[in-house]
Order: sequence, then C-alpha cells, then structure tokens
Amino acid sequence: MKIHEYQAKQLFRRYHIPVPAGDIACTPDEATAIARKFEKFPLAVKAQIHAGGRGKGGGVRLAWSFDELAGHAEAILGMNLVTPQTGPEGRLVRRVLIEEGVDILQELYLSLMVDRETACVLVIASGAGGMDIETVAAETPEKIARVPINPLVGIKRHHCRQVAGALDLDESMFVPFCNLLFGLYALFVENDCSLLEINPLIRTAEGNFTALDAKIEIDDSALYRHKDLLAFRDLNEEDPLEIEASKYKLNYINMDGTVGNMVNGAGLAMAVMDTIKLAGAEPANFLDVGGGATAEMIENGFRIILSDPKVRAILINIFGGILRCDVLADGVVAAARKIDVKVPVIVRMEGTNVEEGRDILARSGLSIYTAADMKDAGELVARLAASNGNQYREASNS
Amino acid sequence: MSIFLDQDTRLLVQGITGKEGQFHTRHCVNYGTVVVAGVTPGKGGTDMDGIPVFNTVADAASQTRANCSMIFVPPPFAADAIIEAVEAGIALIVTITEGIPVMDMMKVKQILKGSASRLIGPNCPGIISPGKAKVGIMPGQIHTPGGPVGVVSRSGTLTYEVVYQLTCQGLGQTTCIGIGGDPINGTDFIDCLAAFEADPETRGIVMVGEIGGSAEEQAAEFITANVTKPVVGFIAGLSAPPGRRMGHAGAIVKGSSGTAAAKLEAMEKAGVHVCRNLGTIGELCRKVFSGAR
Repeated sequence: MKIHEYQAKQLFRRYHIPVPAGDIACTPDEATAIARKFEKFPLAVKAQIHAGGRGKGGGVRLAWSFDELAGHAEAILGMNLVTPQTGPEGRLVRRVLIEEGVDILQELYLSLMVDRETACVLVIASGAGGMDIETVAAETPEKIARVPINPLVGIKRHHCRQVAGALDLDESMFVPFCNLLFGLYALFVENDCSLLEINPLIRTAEGNFTALDAKIEIDDSALYRHKDLLAFRDLNEEDPLEIEASKYKLNYINMDGTVGNMVNGAGLAMAVMDTIKLAGAEPANFLDVGGGATAEMIENGFRIILSDPKVRAILINIFGGILRCDVLADGVVAAARKIDVKVPVIVRMEGTNVEEGRDILARSGLSIYTAADMKDAGELVARLAASNGNQYREASNS
Repeated sequence: MSIFLDQDTRLLVQGITGKEGQFHTRHCVNYGTVVVAGVTPGKGGTDMDGIPVFNTVADAASQTRANCSMIFVPPPFAADAIIEAVEAGIALIVTITEGIPVMDMMKVKQILKGSASRLIGPNCPGIISPGKAKVGIMPGQIHTPGGPVGVVSRSGTLTYEVVYQLTCQGLGQTTCIGIGGDPINGTDFIDCLAAFEADPETRGIVMVGEIGGSAEEQAAEFITANVTKPVVGFIAGLSAPPGRRMGHAGAIVKGSSGTAAAKLEAMEKAGVHVCRNLGTIGELCRKVFSGAR
C-alpha cells in the first residue's frame, strides 16, 4: 500500500525523525490559513498524489508571499498532474502540503528496502540527493552505499558508520545521523514497510538532518496487524474497478487494451496476457480469480470485466485442477445468463473433467466460443476483438 | 530418481484440522503419500481420518519419525509454524500459505540459513514426485511418473499447464516443484537446478519464471557454469505494466529491475531454450528433450 508524503511525515514525527513544519490543505483558503500560522516565507506548496516526479510536472512550487502561495494552491489543487510516473493520463490533485522552507547545506539520498536476495533490510545511501537513485546507480555506482541489516540482529552503530562513511559525513554529524537511522529502521520494521525513501534528505546549517520528502510503502500482507495504517489508504488514488474487485477478493488490474481476460492463478494470468499480446492484441486487464475460484467469483469477475467500456472480447482460461472444469463451466453459464454479455466470450479449459465442462458450454445455447489450447485461444480472441467485436456488439444490441 | 521427495518421505501436516488442511491431506493420502501425523495446537490426542494429531511438531516428529511437513497455517501464525518445524529438525518443510508478511519471512530465511531444514514456498503449490508422493495442492492426475523431465516454477496453475502439456507429449516428470510467488522464499531455482543436474533420472529441466526480483538471472548464471542438461525456460509477465504487483507478492517490475525481457535475455545467453508462447511449451520440450531421452 502506498501512502502520501504528508502521511509518511506523520509517521516520521512519531519516530522523532526531523521533517519541516507543515500542514495539509484541500482549498486555497485553507492553504492561506496555514501560511498565516507560519508567517514567514518561503513556503512550499506540494501536490499530494501517489506518484513521484511531482516537481517535474509543476506539482511542487515555492511561494514568497501570501499572494503567490494562494496562486500556487489555486493552480495545483484540482490540476491533472502528469509526471513521469503517472502515465499520460495524469492524476487529479486533491490536497497540497504547505511546508516551511529549509536552509539546504547538502542534499543526500537515503532509503530502506527489503532485499530479496539477502533477506535483509537494505540501507541505500548516496551523496547525490534529489537525483533518481537508478540514474545514480547507472552513472556512478561507486557513489552508492548498500548496507544490509539482518532483521534478527537489527541495526547497530557500525552499520551507521558504514553508511556515514560512504556519505563523507563529518564526525560531528555522526550522532545525529545515528539517531536518524535508528529511528528510520524502527519505523521500517515496526510498521512492516516494504520501502522507505527520503530524497532528498537535507543536511541543515544547524548541524542536523531534515527529511524534505518522504515516500513509504507498506507490505499489504502485513496490514492485518496495522489497523492504524489502514486509515492512510486513499481510494481516490486507486482505479474504481480495482476497488470493486478487491471487495470480492479478486486480483484485478485495469490496463489499456481491448481483450478482457479471466484466469485462475497469477502466473497463468500473466502468461495469458502475454499470449494475447503475442497474438497481436492488447489485454484490457489482469484478473486472477485464484486457485479456489467459485461460481460466484467467476460471476463477479465477469461483471467487472464487462463494466470496462474498452473491452471488445473476453478470454476465460481456466486450468481445472482440484477445481473441476464442469463446476467452472456451470459458473460461466450461470453468470452469462444473469449478465447481458454483449461481447464475444472465448473459453479455454483444460484439466479435470474437461469433457463434461465443454459439454455444459456446448449445451448452454449461449454463443460461447471454445478453444482447444492457449495458442488458439489467444489468436481467436485477438481476431474477434479486432474485427468482430464491434459488429457483435451492434448485432446483439439490435 | 526424484529430488527432495520420494516414497520414503514421512509427512506431517501443520494445520491438518482446518478446512484446507483436511481437504488437501486427503488428496495427498489418496495419491499415495505416507501421512504419519498432523499438528494442531490444542487438538493433540485427537485424529483426522485416523491420522494422529499432536500439539507440537516436536511431539509429532519424535513419535512418528516424520521428516517432512506441509503447512496450511494462516498467515499471522505461519512464520512461527515454519520456525517450529525447523527447530524440531524437520528436513523438508513445504509451506502452502499465501500472504505471510515479508518481515516475518526475512526472519525465517535467516533462521533457515543455520539449519538442516529445506523450505519450499511459501505461497506455492508444493512438490510432487509423480508415482511416489505428493506434498501440496496440485492435481496429481495430470502428472506422469518416470521422468525424464524435472520442473521448477514460481507459479501454481501455470505449472499445471506446463506439466499437462508435458504429459500430453508423452514426457513424464521426475519431480515438479513450485518454489512460490513471494519475494522471499526458501528453496530457489538454483537449489532445484543443482539437484536436477545431480539426479541421473532427470534428463531435461523446465524452468518457469516470472517478473520481479533477479532469481531467474542468477539461475541463468548458474546454468552457464554448472548445468549440462538441456533446459527449457518460460517467463510470465512480458505484458505486465511496471510498478504493479501482478497477483503474486513477488511479481512486480520496479524501475528497470525484474523485467521479463531482462530475464529472457539472461536465459537465452545461458543457452536455455526459451519458449515465448506458453501454448507451445510442450512441443518445444519434445523437440529439445527427445535427444536426451
């Protein structure tokens, strides 16, 4: 789960990690009211969306007066912010963070993440703050410190030494840096973070550090033990169809193509999307109904795919294991009868009781196409989506 | 031969009295797996279909000589269940549970490093040595005993699809292992590749990967240096959008890392016979492995 910068900074404050004073505004008036409390400039106006690169899209601006601040808030609130991470469609800005300006002596990069290879919390630091870490890694890999911390041991002073050394920090900065890292590590493990990134981390003229930005992602699997963090979920940042699917415990991701698809199992679902693409079409979604899909889940999945106006054809690919093909065919037929399906549906089934399953589909009287194998299924659905999709829709409407 | 699992394996099931635990234990018994014990804390002294249930893994292991555990314990308690099995000296621990917090798995992985136990999973279908034993949730009947193919995969139903195509082509399997779709897991591709390479009955290997992490790239390096048997490879997720988690907790492209393209390239460089269209993997295996039979 991603959270907003201002929420991440709330967590930072709980762990005594220095952040600039600031508050959140949903209207220009609120922004002005916050500015009056500070009574000093500059103040930063920062768009709160779940995507990086906000500055590049004009979502982060500095104000030197009340007029300028109100103007920036007016411009950013309600804007459709396009950044390198939002895609061309951009994101609607509903909140801005108004924050006091900070005297910058040096900009650093600091992040903590889960390292899959070592099964450690990896601290990554670089003296090149403000830059994308992947760019730094590509151009000057020697300038990045990577210090793995065994979660059974936890963070120790020598870890801080290693990171501080790579940042060329002055000895006088070591104690504040230790405090910062200890706080961040505690925040990371106690809240089941999968990513915590500060870019840039500011070294201030007063001899301390301030997190100018803050990015946190929480491990979805651990949310059950962090009820407080669930309050940070922002449904506005999620796709409406994906929210709907999550209510039924369906793994759904909305995409740009025209071929809807429904599959049991995540790996097979990805492979089916790839097959659709190989056949020359684009998948409209990823939908994994899970290994133990029921007729009800099939019906809900169907409904979600059909409520996507981009969809021109649907491919259902089920590998019947312990879940039998005849049970699935019953589910598909029941769902298709309940819902007015106006696009061609191709079903490809394999595995347990496949003959019975195919028989149920054939006898249903529904115009469901069947395919013998995955390759055929992909080619057929691509062809139907490209040519017959529209005609089919018109024909069944008339 | 098979790897990690055979007819002499003595299975205990942690979480045997739950709905999933009961259902899949029965399927394992029907397949021929020797199931000697179950563990459900608080239900020691009872039984499930005549299989004795114990309160702890240590009790179960000492009284039944179980050497393998299959875990169906729910996510909040699953990491502790794995650690309990490690401390009881269980040699092979197969964890089916999906949704264990990553922080818990990081600790489990560190504990495993100093132990004699092998973990398969979590978030996996398990392991099957066709005709000998099945420890997992895969449909046994699609498998064919006798080899010559070994299968290792990060997925569940995708593996069934591959195995089914192998069976249709007349290619049997020595052992099929689902190593799981989580970012941190136990047994990895390299462990399985090394074991298949050493197993005389395995004459070809199918490796099924997906986006996220760099396990496939590392496996490709290992293949270059250590594997002489032919390997057929498939990677799921070429069309997956970056930054999105594709069902499996570990299936995510972050920045430029974990892409299907990079994995395919690494496998091709290692001489792996890469299959791009899943519908054709059975045929490709027949061509590649026919010389190896």
